Order: sequence, then structure tokens, then C-alpha cells
Amino acid sequence: MDVLNALVALLNYVLVPGITYGSQLAIGALGVTLVYGILRFSNFAHGDTMAFGTMVTILATWGLQSMGVSLGPLPTALLALPLGIAATALLVLATDRMVYRFYRRVRAKPVILVIVSIGVMFVMNGVVRLIIGPEDQRFADGARFLITAREFKQWTGLSEGLALRSTQVLTIVTAIIVVIALFWFLNRTRTGKSMRAYSDNEDLALLSGINPERVVLVTWLIVAALATVAGVLYGLDKSFRPFTYFQLLLPIFASAIVGGLGNPLGAIAGGFLIAFSEVTVTYAWKKVLGYLLPDSMAPDNLVQLLSTDYKFAVSFVILLIVLLFRPTGLFRGKSV
Amino acid sequence: MKKLLLATAASALVATSALAASHSDEIKIGVVLGFTGPIESLTPSMAAGAELAMKEVSDSGKLLGGAKVTPVRADSTCVDAAAATAAAVRLITSDGIKAIMGADCSGVTSAVLANAAVPNGMVMISPSATSPGLSTAEDNGLFFRTSPSDARQGQIMADILLEEGIKSVALTYSNTDYGKGLADSFQSAYEAAGGKITISAAHEDGKADYSAEVAALASAGGERLVVAGYVDQGGSGVVRAALDAGAFDTFHFPDGMIGAKLEENFGTEIDGSTGQLPGTDSEGAAMYTALVDGKFDSTSPFTSESYDAAALIMLAMQAAGSSDPADYKGKVLDVANAPGEKIFPGELAKALELLAAGTDIDYVGATAVELIGPGESAGSYRQITLTGGKITTVKYR
Repeated sequence: MDVLNALVALLNYVLVPGITYGSQLAIGALGVTLVYGILRFSNFAHGDTMAFGTMVTILATWGLQSMGVSLGPLPTALLALPLGIAATALLVLATDRMVYRFYRRVRAKPVILVIVSIGVMFVMNGVVRLIIGPEDQRFADGARFLITAREFKQWTGLSEGLALRSTQVLTIVTAIIVVIALFWFLNRTRTGKSMRAYSDNEDLALLSGINPERVVLVTWLIVAALATVAGVLYGLDKSFRPFTYFQLLLPIFASAIVGGLGNPLGAIAGGFLIAFSEVTVTYAWKKVLGYLLPDSMAPDNLVQLLSTDYKFAVSFVILLIVLLFRPTGLFRGKSV
Repeated sequence: MKKLLLATAASALVATSALAASHSDEIKIGVVLGFTGPIESLTPSMAAGAELAMKEVSDSGKLLGGAKVTPVRADSTCVDAAAATAAAVRLITSDGIKAIMGADCSGVTSAVLANAAVPNGMVMISPSATSPGLSTAEDNGLFFRTSPSDARQGQIMADILLEEGIKSVALTYSNTDYGKGLADSFQSAYEAAGGKITISAAHEDGKADYSAEVAALASAGGERLVVAGYVDQGGSGVVRAALDAGAFDTFHFPDGMIGAKLEENFGTEIDGSTGQLPGTDSEGAAMYTALVDGKFDSTSPFTSESYDAAALIMLAMQAAGSSDPADYKGKVLDVANAPGEKIFPGELAKALELLAAGTDIDYVGATAVELIGPGESAGSYRQITLTGGKITTVKYR
């Protein structure tokens, strides 16, 4: 029984939040890594692209809600998601036309493109705040819980509860679908293969007749979809506030770099690594150990490696270690 | 150039002293508040409160045989200690004020006290500095405040929880001066009274996700979670995450967490939670509102404390029969506390008469002033509980 209690406590406070957060980071990092691999620069505007997509989705959700449309137990935002993706795709394509294309033509160095993307970031930042405002927005509806902690305790008779929010399950399921679809696209379709060829060797790809503008177009479309999905899932599960999306940029980049920039598999692994390190290093193990160890050995103190204040430092320590000892990331990405 | 400067300075000096001599029946009181900066939306009503009391006294013509009281405003900026000190020094040395009504924020208040008030022997009554650190500041008996120290709120919190039979709690606080100060004072009061704090963890405001913080809090356990944060910031996020994970069912909220937003965010989910915020059921508050009569917002935070601070300064002067800070600083506690005839807002003329006749007064004012210890408001608090998703008053203490 004690082993079960320990397991449930661990699941409730570490595994489920970690997997959810990891999935959100992974989808975000996939977008960053695709831009890096194919367009060859670090897109600092990615966090704000996520915010823009989420904002459009929120506005559409409110529209649907006011018309009385709902998806029953599922959040209405899922219905509004395609509109959010479409608007974001238009935004990033317009940005590419107006800004990035010029620098691509003149074959600007990656560092110049990075600075350009920071400029784009500030513009998007302002646009989002202008339209929806800087405050918190909640737009989750439908059933909030699949299992509440109280119900779980009643069913199982355990003293520990397990809460499973519908948004957490939704996040994980969506992440799996998105990742499978993306890998199928990159590995099995003609367009996907041409993207990978372009990423591996731009000149050789051009020689073999691949249309670069088409590759760029498709990349931006996929990035817009990934950014909007990641943003909406994060917003549904937590809450939407432009500033937190801007801050999300840091763990997302940490995930992409730790996994190996430009490597999609690495982005996913990096997302989970960062998410779990944030949760586990700052977790107080007192309760779990209290269940597992005999009473005489049960700890009195919190058995907490680091106070939660240092949560954000953890991902950067990992980032530093990886960059020092394996600069191309765990999965051999590119390095410029 | 040098000569011109010297001449200007000399003539200014002469002019000032001449001016001072000709206005011997005028008493200037400095109003040092953050008219620019983070609390600039609150300070106009605070200054208006203080100036209302000064006008009331001037109009009565009964202070020290008919002296007029003039307010002199200066900007404390709330955050810039150097600017606040410079402003206060200017008031003392060039305007010739006899007291300071201010400053407002705790940081600048201690700077003004240490660098301007104490060296110049100036009495200072702050309406709004709540930091516990000011209770032990070196003040030569010159510093008072009409707001309670957060140390007091920590004590009240500990009392409420222990009376409810809660012997162990987890504590999380917003990583700000307010949160940290309150958490520290609560922790020492609660532990001294035999309570157990299983964990004291800070949370950053403005984050979307607090599951890691809640995981640590839940692991430490406790009968209730004390959230010393802000309701429109991280405090609500922590409560939401704790409810979702089933970590805690009931909470205890200090003043930063209590507001309409709390009911709106959580409704009946936090039924049975408790809390406290500064508040009084004394009739003084209603009388103050009537006195203000819509000229400014009489319910704005700290405006009634400002009225009381200014009133106390002038009543102490009357009791001492002098506007010299060295003479009247010892009288502030006498006029503020029992015994004596109770004085409410709008009754300053009566108080001045009584003092002139040698009768003792007990200034109650708009906030039921009762100065304790080193000259700070004892503070009355409204104890609340959440029932049916609504904040309901249990009692005043």
C-alpha cells in the first residue's frame, strides 16, 4: 500500500506535470529546430509567434462560445485551432516576404538573421499586447478533470490522490499525433524529403532541382502550425499571458539546443529532459521517501536538492554542461 | 559669477529668515509622499486626507493661539531613497517645516528617517510604511506610524490559525519585500506559539505554471496552505495549482490575497479558508467619509491613515504648547492613546479646546488609532472566512 501511495504521489506531482510540460516544450522546440535546420538561423520570435497563434485562437474561441458552439467535454479552442494556425501562417509568411527573404537573398550571416528575428520578436510582442492586452486570459472550457484527486482517493482508498486534468491528457495525445505526423511528412513525402535535402546541403539541393522558395514556404507553414499548437496547449493547460510566452522562449531554446539544434528527434528528447529536470531537481522527496522507507529511516527534512526558486536555473545549468561537453547537443545537431 | 552666487545665496538667506520672522504664527508641515512612482495613483488621496486635517485645524483658529497650518508637498518617489532624502532635507532646511507627514513606502521612509529626520530632530509620522524593520529603526523617539507593522499581521495570522486548531501549515510567499517580510513575521510568531511550519517557499509572480512549487509544498504537507502573495499575481496561480493537484483544500490569506478577484477565481472551491486584512468597524471610518463629502475618494488606501497622521502631529503640538519637534515628540503617544475623551474625525477643534484647557484626549480618528510599542498603530484587522464562495466577516480583532 505504501509503495502504491509513493507511486501515486510521484505520478501526481512529478510524472504527469513533467510529461505535460515536456510535450509542450517539445512541440515548441520542434518549431525552433526546423527553422534552424532549414532556414539556418535561431528564430527568437518563436515564443511570440506562439503567443500570436494562441491569441487568434482565443479570439475565435470567444466568438464560437458567444454563438453557443461547444465541443461538449473537449475545449472549444480545438475548433478554433485551425483558424489560429491559418492566421499565424499568414503572419509568418508575410514576415518572411517583408523581412527574412531579403536577408536570405543577400546570404546574410546567421548572426544577422538572429538579430533580425529579435526585431521581429519585438514587433509581434507589441501586436499581441495591442490586440488582446498584457493580462491573463483563460479560455479553457469543457470538462476540467478526467479524474479529480478526491474521487481518486475514494475509488482506491489510498491516502494520496491523483488528479488528471483533461488538458493534460489532451496535450499528451496531441503531442503524439503531431510528432508522428511530422516525422511521417519529413521521412515519407516528397516535399519532406526535399526539405531534408535542403537542410543537409543547400547547394546540392539547388543543383538537383529543388525549388528553395517552396521549401521555405512549407517550412514556415509547418512552423506556424507547430507554434500555434504548442501555444494553445500551453495556454489551455496553464494560462495565456503574452509575457509568459516570451519567457517560454528560454526553456524552448534550451530544449532545442540540448537535443541538438536542427535535429527533430533531439528537440523532443530535449523538451522532456528540460521539463523533468525542472520538476525533479526541485521536488521535495520527503513524502515519497516517507512511504518507501521504514519509519525509523523516514526523513525529517524535505530532501529537496534545490529550492523551487532555482527552477529556471536548472535548465540553464544543463544547457551549459551540454554546450561545454557536447556542443552539438545530445543528438548531434548542427553547429554554426 | 562666484560673487553673484554668493550674493544670491546671502540675500536668499536674509529673505528666508525675514519671512520666517514675519510668519511666526504659521506652522508648516511637510507632506512627503510618492507623487510620482509606483503608488502615484494612491498619493493624491493620501495628501488630500492630510491636508483636510490641516485645513480643519487652521479654520478652527485654536492651535497654539490661532496659528495657521500650511502643507508643503514634496515627492518621495516611493522607490528612490536619495531623491526622497533630498526632498525631505530641503523641506527641513529651507522651508522650515515643523513636522513630516510621511513618507509612504517602507524603503524611502527608513532612508528619510535615518538621513533627514533624525539628524535634524524632526518628527515624522508615516501613514503607510508597514515594514517590520521600521519598528526597530534608530529614531530617537521621532518616528511614528498610523499603519500597523506587518509584524502585527503575522502575529494576528498566527493567532487566528492556532485558535482554529491548526497546528501545522505550509507557507508560500511572493518573492517581494511585502511577501518576505510578512512570511518572516508570521513564521516567528507561529513557531513561538507552538505551531509548525513544514516548508517556507517563495514563488515568483507572473508565471503561468506553479506545479513545481505546489509539488514541494504538498510533499512537506500541513493542514493548511498559507499564501502570502498577491491575488492578481502568483498567489492565485499557486492556489489554483494546489487545488488542481488536490494538495490542499483550505488556505489562509493575508491582505494581499483578499479581494473580489479571489471570489471570482475560486468561488466555492476554497470554502472553509480563512484570512485577515486591515479593517475597523469603528464609527470613525464612516465619520471620515462624511467629512470628506466626496471631495476625493475617502476609501482609497491609506487616506484615513494620512488624516490621522496629520491630526496627531497638530494635537501633539497643542498638548505640548509648542511647535518645536523636541517639545512635542513626547506628546504624540499621549494624545493618541487612552485615557481621555475620544476624538473622531471632524472633532479636531473640540480636541484643541480640550487640550488647551488641560484635559486629556484619546484620539480615535478615522482608523481607531492606538499606538503601541515604538509608536506604531496597533492595527485592527478584519478576520474573514470563505463560505458559499463569498468573503464573510467573522470578527474584528
